[in-house]
Amino acid sequence: MNRRIDIALTVNGERVARSVDTRLHLVDFLRTELGLTGAHTACEHGVCGACTVRVDGEPVRGCLVLAASLDGAVVETIEGLSDSGEIRDLQEAFVARNAAQCGYCTPGMLVTAADILTQAPNASREEIREHISGNYCRCTGYQAIVDAVEDTLKARRTREAVR
Amino acid sequence: MNEIVTPKSLGLSREDLPNSYIGRAVPRPNARKLVEGRATYTDDVTLPRLVHAAFLRSPHAHARIVSIDTSAALKVPGVVRVFTAADLAAVCDPWVAVLAHLKGMKSAPQYPLPLERATWQGEAVVAVVAETRAAAEDGVAALAVEFESLPAQVDMETALAPGAVVIHPELGDNLVFTRTAETGDVAAAFASAHKVVEATFHTGRHTGVTLEPRSIIADYNRADGTLTVHHSTQAPHMMQNVFATQLRMAESDVRVICKDVGGSYGIKVHVYPDEMAVACMSKIMGRPVKFIADRFEAFGSDIHARDHRITGRLAVDAEGRFLAFDIDDLTGIGPYSVYPRTSAVEGNQVVNLCGGPYAFANYRCTTTVVLQNKAPTCQYRAVGHPIATTVTEGLVDLAAEALGMDKVAIRRKNLIPDDAYPCTSPAGMKFEGLSHHASLDKLLEMVPVDKIRADQAEQRKRGVYRGLGFASFIELTNPSPFMYGIGGAKISAQDGCTVRMDPDGSVVAMSGVTEQGQGTEAILAQIVAHGVGVPVSKVKVVTGDTRTVPYGGGTWACRGAGIGGEAALQSAIALKEQILEVAGAMLQAQGASLDIVMGEVVDKATGQARMPLAELGRIVYYRGDTLPKDLARELVQTRHFITKEYPFAFTNGIQASWLEVDVETGMVKLLEHWCVEDCGRVINPMLVDEQVRGGIVQGIGGALYEHCVYNEDGQLLTTTLADYLVPMAAEMPDMHVGHVETPTKESLLGAKGAGEAGTAGAPAAIMNAINDAIAPLGAKVLAQPFTPDRILRALGTIA
Ligand code: FES
Ligand code: FES
Repeated sequence: MNRRIDIALTVNGERVARSVDTRLHLVDFLRTELGLTGAHTACEHGVCGACTVRVDGEPVRGCLVLAASLDGAVVETIEGLSDSGEIRDLQEAFVARNAAQCGYCTPGMLVTAADILTQAPNASREEIREHISGNYCRCTGYQAIVDAVEDTLKARRTREAVR
Repeated sequence: MNEIVTPKSLGLSREDLPNSYIGRAVPRPNARKLVEGRATYTDDVTLPRLVHAAFLRSPHAHARIVSIDTSAALKVPGVVRVFTAADLAAVCDPWVAVLAHLKGMKSAPQYPLPLERATWQGEAVVAVVAETRAAAEDGVAALAVEFESLPAQVDMETALAPGAVVIHPELGDNLVFTRTAETGDVAAAFASAHKVVEATFHTGRHTGVTLEPRSIIADYNRADGTLTVHHSTQAPHMMQNVFATQLRMAESDVRVICKDVGGSYGIKVHVYPDEMAVACMSKIMGRPVKFIADRFEAFGSDIHARDHRITGRLAVDAEGRFLAFDIDDLTGIGPYSVYPRTSAVEGNQVVNLCGGPYAFANYRCTTTVVLQNKAPTCQYRAVGHPIATTVTEGLVDLAAEALGMDKVAIRRKNLIPDDAYPCTSPAGMKFEGLSHHASLDKLLEMVPVDKIRADQAEQRKRGVYRGLGFASFIELTNPSPFMYGIGGAKISAQDGCTVRMDPDGSVVAMSGVTEQGQGTEAILAQIVAHGVGVPVSKVKVVTGDTRTVPYGGGTWACRGAGIGGEAALQSAIALKEQILEVAGAMLQAQGASLDIVMGEVVDKATGQARMPLAELGRIVYYRGDTLPKDLARELVQTRHFITKEYPFAFTNGIQASWLEVDVETGMVKLLEHWCVEDCGRVINPMLVDEQVRGGIVQGIGGALYEHCVYNEDGQLLTTTLADYLVPMAAEMPDMHVGHVETPTKESLLGAKGAGEAGTAGAPAAIMNAINDAIAPLGAKVLAQPFTPDRILRALGTIA
């Protein structure tokens, strides 16, 4: 049942090569093989969004993608997005608004929210709620998260206007 | 020094002084690691020679374990060992979850794995340990276990009926506990009543769904005989005691570490047999064993809660005054009472809390707690509160209807007056100081009732059914030993804090209460910064390690701020006094003439800076030779706190829900939600607001979506997040939170809890709003969750 496959990919800008069990999911690959524990699993069914990371620029469910399918892929995790500074403003808004309580959903939520920042820069509160609806948060009432995303969108629009 | 410290002298109600952190929305110092994905949850911890456990779980609700063949499992690559119940029972004593003060309570002994019979579907029966979790699961798949399926007692309504399957024959029957509280003359009150309303309510069995599942690593070291447990728990010292007791070790040989915890809500404050099994296996193997529940296991083995049927009657006089409540509660708790808090406490809370916000003289309430072959239930966020609030507030609305009275007016008439305290409720609860009327006033400032009623009437003409519902509630916080200790449970009601000044003037605070995302560490830092007189950025808080923090209860029943916070304040004040004594010796001044402001020793009268704390620290730690020989110089102080006058600090509040019922589909759309609550001194309004909102959303979950559904054979049908619905962002309304502050006089800080308020009141507010919406159609729903199916049935759309 456990065949192994060699893959080489880029994770957070670093080249990585591993021989992986064919049944290993991306999120488990990141967590156990690379020690990148920022992405979490909570449902393992693609429902909750806690495992969301970026593959080739798109947010994906790390619990639904097999690592063996990622030869040549470019993967970004919350650690990489933090180091690159791409979503520094969004993260600061999360801190300022207390949009994370236990923080378990937060990395996945941020990767999803980062997508709104580029895909829907004019999103309304309702659209933000829709967009993050695949990401469960059990602690907050979601309101602070919506506030934080909205703050970030507004601030980015203002910065754009000034430019 | 020598002056009496008061809330006023500490500036606890000033917000704008540089040093004053109480009442300020300071961001959480630990939030940055959460948003960068650099927190450490239990599954993130890895240790040398770590092995992983997986469990074979009972496929039957009730079955005899006939035989277990492990030979094929042992041949699976990566499998290290297989453990059966007898292997573990050899190193672990069973536990019985009863409390002495719950008179007559009984339950059966429970082992890490059941010796002869599985008593719920999902109960762990055999454990496989392997090099990876995947290999352990392969091993489980290769196990051959023969079960003989037994008749299951699933329905709580028939658990005491003649012919019911007695789940533990040695107990005689399935009755775990029953209690009746009775005050006044209930029969006479009902006989003399102008109107009597009656209804039967159901609260659906649901569960916590912590996003981080239950997680544990047990690491037994044979060389020194110590057990270190990395655990996603709310009560590390309680677990230290439990591991030590059951595994026959000294408490000091057990260390429980909980770093970041991914949500708990009461789910992670219990003893789970599969987690005990992990500790046993580590002790036997002498190497670390990790178990992380997956979501399927979580649904079938995390505690459930709120499986109640409650019939209530309310008697009122012609003016709408409440004369008497008469309530009968029945709850099914699964096959075992859960250790050590017991599964009888939820029903007991229903008895304690029904009618709680109101002034009336006659009360009778009975709870009956029975066994059944379903997953065990136990304490989950706002234990018993949403049930009691649903019954009480549901009956209040019925009474208003029967009398033709306005729903706010009937509450206004009956809520305990704000000047009536202290007082004791008919259920025997002592109230120190509540603010029902002030809270209602505040709510009415926030909710545009007239506008909403006008909109409601207008919309009805168009066939759109909107409703506004209210729910007053009381919330039990800051528990004393009267909650568990007097019953013999080793659960600490006191908590401690050690505060230490380091040479550079920074401060470390070690606390027995824990952080699960509420912001405990943030408020402790605020309190200590305030108490010592340093910038909040100079305070580092340590929690969640029983080897280093003072002994305490952890975080449950909203005790973090009220108990842990007060211990932090007391220790901070003590440290400040100590620092000033040393400063006095250095500066040749009376300690009492000095103060500390933003990390600087200053002259109290003039505010003139005398010495930075870093200089004081340098001298104390490195040049102690220059100080008077007999000067006490320990810049570290510990204080413990326990409430003394009242068994609990009750808080109160009121919620309102505004929603729309689609009478075609039965769907409920939440439009807006309000909550006013009084948690005493608010330490960090931002954190309190989001606690309240998170609580409301969990209450909404129970009211509308969440349900652990079993079929009649006791098979759990909701085992994934696709079957078991939890609230998501798009369905949630905007939630407005307001505060009234009635600090408790039990402590200097005056803080009470806020974490359960939202969950306590939201389901009742939603029920009343739905019934307000569909009242013109002659329909009513009383069974949670209020699913489209149930609403359409109530409307007569479907049969
Ligand atoms: S763990 Fe992947 S979506 Fe839930
Ligand atoms: S912050 Fe805990 S699940 Fe979102």
